[in-house]
Amino acid sequence: MLRPHGGKLVERVDFSDRKRDEAREMLKIHVSIDEARDLGNIGHGVFSPLEGYMLREDFENVLADGRLSNDLPWTIPIVKDVSREEIEKILESEEIALFYKDTPMAILHVEEMYPYNKKEYAEKVFRTTSIEHPGVANIMKKEDYLVGGKITLLNDPPTKFPRYKLWPKETRILFKEMGWRSVVGFQTRNAPHIGHEYVQKTALTFVDGLFINPLIGKKKKGDFKDEVIIKAYETLFEHYYPKNSATLGILETEMRYAGPREAIFHAIMRKNFGCTHFIVGRDHAGVGNFYGPYEAQEIFYDYPDLGITPLFFRSFFYCKKCGGVVNEKICPHGPEHHITFSGTRIREMLLRGEKPSELMMRPEVAEIILQFDNPFVE
Amino acid sequence: MGEEKKYTTVSIPTTLFKKIEERIKGTGFTSVSSYVTYVLREIIAEDENEEEPFTKEDEERVKQRLRALGYLD
Repeated sequence: MLRPHGGKLVERVDFSDRKRDEAREMLKIHVSIDEARDLGNIGHGVFSPLEGYMLREDFENVLADGRLSNDLPWTIPIVKDVSREEIEKILESEEIALFYKDTPMAILHVEEMYPYNKKEYAEKVFRTTSIEHPGVANIMKKEDYLVGGKITLLNDPPTKFPRYKLWPKETRILFKEMGWRSVVGFQTRNAPHIGHEYVQKTALTFVDGLFINPLIGKKKKGDFKDEVIIKAYETLFEHYYPKNSATLGILETEMRYAGPREAIFHAIMRKNFGCTHFIVGRDHAGVGNFYGPYEAQEIFYDYPDLGITPLFFRSFFYCKKCGGVVNEKICPHGPEHHITFSGTRIREMLLRGEKPSELMMRPEVAEIILQFDNPFVE
Repeated sequence: MGEEKKYTTVSIPTTLFKKIEERIKGTGFTSVSSYVTYVLREIIAEDENEEEPFTKEDEERVKQRLRALGYLD
């Protein structure tokens, strides 16, 4: 099995009552649910080798080069923003407590506080400063300073899906127990249609195991709700997936919609989960028309040292003439013979309460989705 | 903020430099430096492919949880 990114799986966890009591006496900073989830991701090694929030040198290297200051590939800043008023309070403390609601999530061992340029952050990570881009809009709402330092996780973040919540140590042991020497990871924020299934099964043909890893967390309006994605995959697994070579586990972190850079970030997290391969499809982690359809595949050529093998896929479609699901590489017929698995079209049908054709979506999956009053984020 | 990339100089034989210059013609590499950087990063990454061991206690605890969740029989 591959070693985690940077060589060692980070584990910065102390669930003792003593530590939690200490945190209650410290200066408190409140975090959002997405920040709480990312504290879990740091503490349990999903973001290995990061041990906390980035210091300035790493942050600036990530923006400039898409690498940490030690040259290791890393494309998305993992940072905590604070206001000037908070900085003045933090100056008097070496450690602060990060609370989600009334729960102490982590202790932040403060090493550095620094200002940053939001426009440059947006331009480098998202390749745009347009606030029409949800990732940019998110950055622009942040406070003006960043605080960096290692964290100690005191509590696991709350989850709506404990049945599917796995940390990297657990997936690594699971893959070993399953006898999988090679595992392909699949990132998704969608309920599966036939095209997704064919991509996954095509990849699985060449490796020992398939790890479907839906991303649970803040998403944009119109995306499938988390519970819909989970129910849809449960159904697909029950009817169409072999138990000894495919498994399902969630990853809780927000979508950044950073396209190419986020594709690298997604691959790194799956490497930490123990995957040897990672599926990159059309417009991976993209939004609107901000990125070219295959930019998220091209960026992998800049990272020969990523340590996980990307598998690039073009879109699959149903060809009436071939009589099956194919892609443009293997189908010689014109578009008049094709039924495309358009996510937008499938969403529109589901919103109208219509069941998409069996050529586009498994009937069991469609039925489950249609049981929800509104399956999409409002 | 974050504008400058940091570089240093490494010496290679001139004959090798010329050979690489020839090799990268018509490829996506824009300079000998970018080619050499790519190749070195690829080689360094190869050292990572070793399995990380867990302690027996860790493994047993995790396996119990995986069984309870239905991942393992």
